[in-house]
Amino acid sequence: MDDTYQLAYFRFSQLDDERYVLTNQAGEYLVLPRAVLASFVKHELPSTHPVYSRLRSRQFLFDASSNIGKELLALKVRTKAKRLENFTSLHIMVVSLRCEHSCPYCQVSRQSEDRSAFDMSEETAEQALALIFQSPSPAIKIEFQGGEPLLNFPLIQHVVHRAEAINKVAGRSLQFVITTNLAVVTDEILEFCREHSVLISTSLDGPATLHNANRPRPGKNSYELAVAGIHKARLALGHERVSALMTTTKASLSLVREIIDEYVRLDFPGIFLRPLSPYGFAVKTKSYAAYDVDRWLDFYFEGLNYILELNRNGVPFKEFYAATILTKMLTPFEPGYVDLMSPAGIGISAVVYNYDASVYASDEARMLAEMGDKTFLLGNVHENTYAEIFGSDALLDPIEQSFAGSAPMCAECAYEPFCGSDPVFHTATQGDFVGLKTRSGFCNRNMSIFKRLIDLMDRDVTARELFLSWAN
Amino acid sequence: MTGQADQAPNPEHDAYLFKGQAFHSECQWVVTFEEHRPEAERLFSDRRLVVLPQEFDYLSEGDVIRFVPDRKAVRVLFRKDANANYFLVTERCNHLCLMCSQPPKDVDDRWLAREILDVLPLLPATTPFLGITGGEPTLVGEDFFDILASARDHLPNTPIHILSNGRTFKDKAFAERYQAIGHRRLSVGIPIYSADPEVHDYVVQSKGAFDETIRGIMNLKSVGAEVEIRVVVHKQTYEGLADLSDFIFRNLTFVDHVTFMGLEITGYTRANMDKLWMDPYDYRAELRAAVQYLAAARINVSVYNHQLCLLDGSIHRFAKRSISDWKNEYVGECATCSRKSECGGFFSSSNLARSSHISAFH
Repeated sequence: MDDTYQLAYFRFSQLDDERYVLTNQAGEYLVLPRAVLASFVKHELPSTHPVYSRLRSRQFLFDASSNIGKELLALKVRTKAKRLENFTSLHIMVVSLRCEHSCPYCQVSRQSEDRSAFDMSEETAEQALALIFQSPSPAIKIEFQGGEPLLNFPLIQHVVHRAEAINKVAGRSLQFVITTNLAVVTDEILEFCREHSVLISTSLDGPATLHNANRPRPGKNSYELAVAGIHKARLALGHERVSALMTTTKASLSLVREIIDEYVRLDFPGIFLRPLSPYGFAVKTKSYAAYDVDRWLDFYFEGLNYILELNRNGVPFKEFYAATILTKMLTPFEPGYVDLMSPAGIGISAVVYNYDASVYASDEARMLAEMGDKTFLLGNVHENTYAEIFGSDALLDPIEQSFAGSAPMCAECAYEPFCGSDPVFHTATQGDFVGLKTRSGFCNRNMSIFKRLIDLMDRDVTARELFLSWAN
Repeated sequence: MTGQADQAPNPEHDAYLFKGQAFHSECQWVVTFEEHRPEAERLFSDRRLVVLPQEFDYLSEGDVIRFVPDRKAVRVLFRKDANANYFLVTERCNHLCLMCSQPPKDVDDRWLAREILDVLPLLPATTPFLGITGGEPTLVGEDFFDILASARDHLPNTPIHILSNGRTFKDKAFAERYQAIGHRRLSVGIPIYSADPEVHDYVVQSKGAFDETIRGIMNLKSVGAEVEIRVVVHKQTYEGLADLSDFIFRNLTFVDHVTFMGLEITGYTRANMDKLWMDPYDYRAELRAAVQYLAAARINVSVYNHQLCLLDGSIHRFAKRSISDWKNEYVGECATCSRKSECGGFFSSSNLARSSHISAFH
């Protein structure tokens, strides 16, 4: 019995029948056989055991040989939590709900000519800007969303000009993004984007047949317009200033290779294989969590394996969701991805100023509102002050209650340092901020991905080396 | 020493270097070699003449020597054309590393620091690099800061690299004072041999060294100093390279450079060959993994003192020609090698133990 070491605070969870995953407070992990873990926690692991040294250098245990471990751990925890002091950096402005597409998976857009009903007004934009620059964040990103935001391009121009003028005094690192389907983009719009360093984020669901089926519009040419728009925008702004995002539908699930091939063919550096959205009728059927998540996971892992295969054949390409998680697993940095952080990123990392002057805690929060649930409505830019909106119970209660460090089943989970909390998702699917994790599609999906990534790295050192390049 | 007519000498401290060329000098001192003695004695009968043994004939213009007439002692302190000049500040050290190339002596050698303070003002402002080494140079206290302040004043554009075990910087005030010197190109190279404190402490033969060194690095980075971590690869350290690179990335992400060094067969290494020596070819997999890990983590990483033919091809781009020019040599096999000019070659001491996998690139 070697009782000469002290156990640090750490968590462990079962990976499979044989192996356990241990994580320290800074998110460093080790995979150990059950027997080794057992002797470690019983203070029976001899210092001559090869694992002992690795447990010590990763601050799972402290002993007389060194007393610097706690300082190093504290520094790492501080580094990971550093983003919190910056507060909200991503500010989404919904400049119009109108859209010439009629995608069935979109909960928010309107086919309407009525500008007054569905476009944001200049007065509302002014008020939103005043709130945006009250954020203490040294970096401010303003993202124009819709509907199709380019249908209200004059307002985008106005906001960009005004934000730049305000920023002459405010001195933030200021960035603009337009999320657009590119169907109505013009040379003049791109010239403006070039002059003001505006990034373009577009939608691309995969090959033409899938994309056009997912994204109907008059002329049935959404894909053709998107691809032409991508080329044109790259030419005007620079290749890396145009990104694309896919939405996964039931029709996508059997086509993951084709979708990835499309992104590779169009020379994108990676793809974000997004989960099925719970914001729609799917959420109301009880089968959502189990059935859809499992089918999606098959799709996701097939895609992940395919991308690793591409990497091994010399094609540099990433899956961005895995890359975000790998940054948490393999680096001392916190990627700051809104949907996978704890405390939840709602409001304090990203916030939405809707066309109608209402302020929502996240993009999903406004979709939930479109479905009739206004839980995450934080206020109105004309009626509420910054302190009222960002200090509201509507924001602070869900953040506090869903904090993974204290939520039931999350607090003791070894994967918690890689995970996040999503009170909007759990409100949509289970009716409360925390949710029962055994029934949570969020938990099931993320846990499955964490385990798969760790398993891949544990079995194959070359996969770990590839993943390290994704993470950094 | 000055040898050129078109360069105005400073008669107060410059000596004229006579190698048989045309006469020109305002200098009171003239330095020459045995082969030019008769001519020099004739030409410079009214000057103070120093005739050096022929073995010093590599000396050239811009070099600095110390000559003590009473003791007939000559020391070469600085060579302008050398690729690296190192000043030894003290032979005292609080480590007794198994592979120390400069075994420490517990003596009062404060004269060494004084001599450096004398030399620094004589160096050309264009000096491309200057190393400060020991022993443990921080142990000389005030003299350490005086040397750095002099370097700041006389060599403001010269990169100054200090080799230290970092322990003295565990005192935050010492680190702050160091940074306050304000030399713009000051950096310090600090060894960490393992992520395991017991292994590190064993290699440096000093209990508690690991903690103090890590704390020193943290203090140096917190005041904004430039820090390089140096890892000597040998039998005691190669197995831990993967864990060490992981430890560095996770805990000391903020360091500026990580370098992996080959073993130099000199000093204590000779006595500890059984504990240290292994064919570098046999640790190539561990070294490759560590280097690639740090490179993927976007940490600036280099490999020093390794022959290219012993390194995995994927890390050739991290290999630097680093062996001081007076130390490096090549072997027969190297004669036909197409990459000899990129390769660091061998330490001249390496004939004591050499890889059996040296092979020329064609």
